[in-house]
Amino acid sequence: MAEVSLQGEQRVFMTGNEVIAWGCVAAKADIMYGYPITPQNEIMHYWTRLAPKYGKKFLQTEDEISAGFTMLGGVLTGRKAFTGTAGPGNVLMQEAAGMAEMMRLPGVFFIQQRGGPSTATVIYAQQETQLTCFGGNGEGHRLVYSTATHQELFDYTIKAFNMAWTYRFPTFILADGYQAKMREPLTIYEPEARGVKLVPTPAVVGENKPGKKFKHLRNTYNTEDELYEVVMANQRDWEAMAAEVVEWSEKGCEDADIIMVTHGIVSRAAMGAYDQLRAEGKKVGFFRPITVRPFPEKELRAAVKNAKKILVAESAYGQFLKFVQTALYGSTIEIATMLRPGIGITTEELVEEYNKL
Amino acid sequence: MMQELKENNVLQPAMPASWNEDTKPHKFCPGCGHGIILKVLGEVIDELGIKDQMVFGCDIGCSLLSWDFFASDSVQTHHGRTAPVITGMKRAKPDIIGVVYMGDGGGYAIGSQHLFNAAVRNEKITIILCNNCNYGMTGGQMAPTTLPGMKTETSPYGRDVAETGNPTKGPEMVAAVAPEGAYVARGTIANVRQLKGFIKKALENQIAGNGLSFVECLSSCPTNWRTNAKQTWEFVEKDMTQYFKVGELRTPQAKEG
Repeated sequence: MAEVSLQGEQRVFMTGNEVIAWGCVAAKADIMYGYPITPQNEIMHYWTRLAPKYGKKFLQTEDEISAGFTMLGGVLTGRKAFTGTAGPGNVLMQEAAGMAEMMRLPGVFFIQQRGGPSTATVIYAQQETQLTCFGGNGEGHRLVYSTATHQELFDYTIKAFNMAWTYRFPTFILADGYQAKMREPLTIYEPEARGVKLVPTPAVVGENKPGKKFKHLRNTYNTEDELYEVVMANQRDWEAMAAEVVEWSEKGCEDADIIMVTHGIVSRAAMGAYDQLRAEGKKVGFFRPITVRPFPEKELRAAVKNAKKILVAESAYGQFLKFVQTALYGSTIEIATMLRPGIGITTEELVEEYNKL
Repeated sequence: MMQELKENNVLQPAMPASWNEDTKPHKFCPGCGHGIILKVLGEVIDELGIKDQMVFGCDIGCSLLSWDFFASDSVQTHHGRTAPVITGMKRAKPDIIGVVYMGDGGGYAIGSQHLFNAAVRNEKITIILCNNCNYGMTGGQMAPTTLPGMKTETSPYGRDVAETGNPTKGPEMVAAVAPEGAYVARGTIANVRQLKGFIKKALENQIAGNGLSFVECLSSCPTNWRTNAKQTWEFVEKDMTQYFKVGELRTPQAKEG
């Protein structure tokens, strides 16, 4: 593959899907496997336009099952491979994600959430939070970044590839239709020029070297004990990774009475509400997990320790709330909720909700 | 004495050099056809010298028991998903020899969309599909290839084609949709010499980069058929071939020059 990428830094005004395609170029991804589904399509549109210029490849598959598994094929041969999907496509792709977890195959999945469970709306939701974190028939041994801005989409695209191949767990960028389709300014850059090293992606199989020792990979086990050993080894590795990769952001939690707990694009609205309410002298706090899997449980507990209440707001009916409740198990803090499946949440609505509490 | 027999080609070598000796004897049931197909495949791999280039992908069902069969790189995937995994590899790294090994359930039921579309796209991989008229590993249920009237665990009174349709003719389907360059054949464990020719051509076709190569192998499952040796052989040789015609369905046109 040609080792060309974008040069230096550039201020741009792009849609989120375009940002992801450029992020993949910047991360020197080799190949995308994908199947059309709204609102993810333009990742493929931009990638297929960029691919020939940068010596990259693309395969349009027959469905998302195939997109997931062909991507794992690419990963096995040592290519930096990725895919993107949404909604029902995300459901189909979980089979491959499960195999990736158990066989310790990296690979990056871009999820642009849409309303569900349905074939429409294709616009926006946060209803794939549980699915993206725990969609397989396993233990959720994966890494999920929930982004909020276009700059993050670019930064975390590069990071997702690096983390996936460092820890060898499937890695997801969890965004949504709004992030996919809206346009905003950001800076795109060549990661190595900023001192961000790109993690190599060695081949697992298919290297034709003289005297090589063959490798046999499988996702089948003969006994319960054999499976248990593998899952538990993965669990230990996942926990070790969790401690190193967990990310969150918080503001004003030290002296806050009420803390807004949100993720993804809803945290953009929460940040707006925070600024507005603080300007009015209100003691409000802001807490946002950036990794929703692993979840910053310890950090959330510490952040809310002096508060009276938290307000959990999400564009789903309690999916993120369950993560928060699990993290706060044993705490007696009051939890107010704003649960709006498939509906956007604005700064004004959060301010109004805060004022009711 | 042994050496003499070997040298004079009276006694064949015990196993192909491409086999992984550590996992032999293999794990298939007595009388199962998988061992014959994999022996033929092993001999072809030896003759073509592609052991180190090959990535062998196997599916779910009895075919998964071949995950450590060869002294080559291999990957065992999920049910029906072997064609996508090997396709993904071949697209990303075209210098491998990608072999998909699966059963009729994997190819014609749960993974039929993958087989169909790999054929339409003429993926430069080799697919070897074992047709034994039933789901073996799960205990002998009706498969897409179960013959009309044949009794299985989910068609205990015999397959009723009015309700379940006719048995799938995989090579015919692949031959109908694959572009020029594809190689498609149906062989049988009852004619090993012919089967070996088909499998060899199927791998040579991939090496030449012409397109998809697909070989269905008529095979046996005495465990689930509940047949003795004589009945098993009669079923493979006579009953199956009446419905599933053995022979080449597509060969690539000779290239000019």
